Amino acid sequence: MSVQTQSAPAPAREGEQPLLSVRNLRVWYELKKWGFGHAGYVRAVDNVSFDLAQGEAIAIVGESGCGKSSLMKAILGLVRPYSGEILFEGKDIFAGGRAGLRWYRSQVGYVQQDPFGALPPFMSIRRILEEPLILGGVKNRKERLKRIREVLEEVKLSPPEDFLNKFPHMLSGGQQQRVVIARAMIRRPKLLVADEPVSMLDASVRVEILKLLRQIQADYNLAVIYITHDLSTVRYFSERIFVMYAGKLIEKAATDELLWHPRHPYTIALLNAISDPDASNAHKLREVPPGEPPSLVNPPPGCRFHPRCKAMIQGRCEVDEPPEFEPRPGHQVACWLYEAGDRIPPGWSEEA
Amino acid sequence: MSNNGSSNSLVLKVEDLVLYFRTTKGVVQAVDHVDFELAKNRAVVIIGESGCGKSSLAKGILRLLPRNVHTYTGRVYLEGQEIMGLDEETFRMKIRWVKMSLVPQAAMNALNPVLRVSDQVAEALLIHYPNVSKREAIERVREMFRYVGVPDSFLHRYPFELSGGMRQRVAIAMAMITRPPLIILDEPTSALDVLTQANIMNVLKQIKWETGTSYILITHDVATSSELADDVAVMYAGQVVEMSDAASFFKEPLHPYAKMLMAAVPKLRGDDDLEFIPGQPPSLLNPPKGCRFADRCPYRMAQCEINPPMFRVGDRKVRCWLYEKDADGIYGTHPEPLEQAHV
Repeated sequence: MSVQTQSAPAPAREGEQPLLSVRNLRVWYELKKWGFGHAGYVRAVDNVSFDLAQGEAIAIVGESGCGKSSLMKAILGLVRPYSGEILFEGKDIFAGGRAGLRWYRSQVGYVQQDPFGALPPFMSIRRILEEPLILGGVKNRKERLKRIREVLEEVKLSPPEDFLNKFPHMLSGGQQQRVVIARAMIRRPKLLVADEPVSMLDASVRVEILKLLRQIQADYNLAVIYITHDLSTVRYFSERIFVMYAGKLIEKAATDELLWHPRHPYTIALLNAISDPDASNAHKLREVPPGEPPSLVNPPPGCRFHPRCKAMIQGRCEVDEPPEFEPRPGHQVACWLYEAGDRIPPGWSEEA
Repeated sequence: MSNNGSSNSLVLKVEDLVLYFRTTKGVVQAVDHVDFELAKNRAVVIIGESGCGKSSLAKGILRLLPRNVHTYTGRVYLEGQEIMGLDEETFRMKIRWVKMSLVPQAAMNALNPVLRVSDQVAEALLIHYPNVSKREAIERVREMFRYVGVPDSFLHRYPFELSGGMRQRVAIAMAMITRPPLIILDEPTSALDVLTQANIMNVLKQIKWETGTSYILITHDVATSSELADDVAVMYAGQVVEMSDAASFFKEPLHPYAKMLMAAVPKLRGDDDLEFIPGQPPSLLNPPKGCRFADRCPYRMAQCEINPPMFRVGDRKVRCWLYEKDADGIYGTHPEPLEQAHV
């Protein structure tokens, strides 16, 4: 029953070349002592592999400091990995030098977390959207303006004339986030990386933006990597969820599968910590694992969650790092509990 | 609002509180004639979106006002005592932090970076109780840290040596150190991770159960607010539009805005589709004369041109004409939308 798939997970859709493949990626930051001596590494991303198919939306869920931003930066080509490779349409994104990276970045859009911080305050919306086109070598002014109008319509800022000459502070938070999305979309990328795109927005606007992203994704068959700490919004957006803890992807499964049948004790802790609006919440305490995520300079040996895990197996979890098991079809989890096959993990009832 | 509220069990009673600010563009009506009551050992949650005036309400109650105040009137009774009439010095020495304290928004970044956390937390006690010695104060800090779950060894650290969750706990300890009967929490968990958030909520619940403290929790996060709520007040454009007990509110909100807000809250499981509220809240510089939600409301009718008063529906109150008592004395509770304005 249990299958070890430590390296090279199967592509999400058989027979197709994945759009993006991440292979044994490590993003380590060197720590310096006295400015030149070596003092170790911050292992922000440690041996991460996954495939992303054309048009697929995945969510990477984790707490602050788990390495999800470093993973994102590596995927955007902003930091060089310590080892491992990132293949886009089969080509290593760092192999083509500066020109290769330039081309790659035209294929990838980035939606930042804080729209107000992400938009330069002294540039009009038109200039903000024009800049990527100028950098991308669109010489004809008319053509650029045409594309800007088009993209503003796509993100439902219409009529575009009302927005072209405005400055970011003149727009509401939701409209600012739409401009950020428009900027990410303007060069017609194949992949969109969205870093907590709705965490700074109000509840009513949040849904609007999630729906917009979902629609754009469907309309243009975009692949999307949605990075978040909020498991309650991923169901509305992504097809698969990857859970990240202390630099590693510890559980990968389809969205409903993960929400209904979580297997890793950390995922279960995350799910149990989320409240649905219900007055009875006020009368009970939530179960939260003790302690805090470990330092990434000196992560615990064995499984990195073992000091906080109530299902820890003595003599196993603190010694050996768990490989990926597949207790249920298409559901990978790095936890020793599933060495001998599937089981209901402690702290979870499957009917819940 | 609270169904067991005889006047002497009330911790806080706010009547007709008005707080307007002067700006270069005109007068911002941030808090517009707000009334509410809070009984002892209960928590009222004030839910609203950014810019609805909920933080201004907290500042108004605590009298932490900026310089550009235009109007600041109304009556606030704290444990039966009227406190709006007190002069600034009496208010500072006898009320603020003695009778009620605040955990400010982004409290974890509000700590002084160059003071040890123990000294910062003790300071609140030392200022308000001159008889307390420094040593006693530090002992008290230790006790408070135990309450909120900060390890003893963190006592003499600086804020930058603590994680976000730990700093938030320190801020809560600071609000608790004088044992005030009322603590105002302004978005206490909004910048934290889910596990830390659940942890902090656990701490707040335990404090409430063990010490009988009352809370005003100000938040935009409807789901998390249910962790603490006994009562719910919904604010929209400077006004309280609904007051309910938590059980009825989370089951079925009354005000159309509250209904739509609840429909926009993502649920972890379940198949219901999310809906959003089209349009934007009105400017508080020049709010509409009638109901302030009318422009975005699917139930809009002719009467909405006039600002609705608070109608009583059982133990609940709602500022909406739909609940106007009709001739037979029956309250309409299940209105049908007049038009399907939202998609």
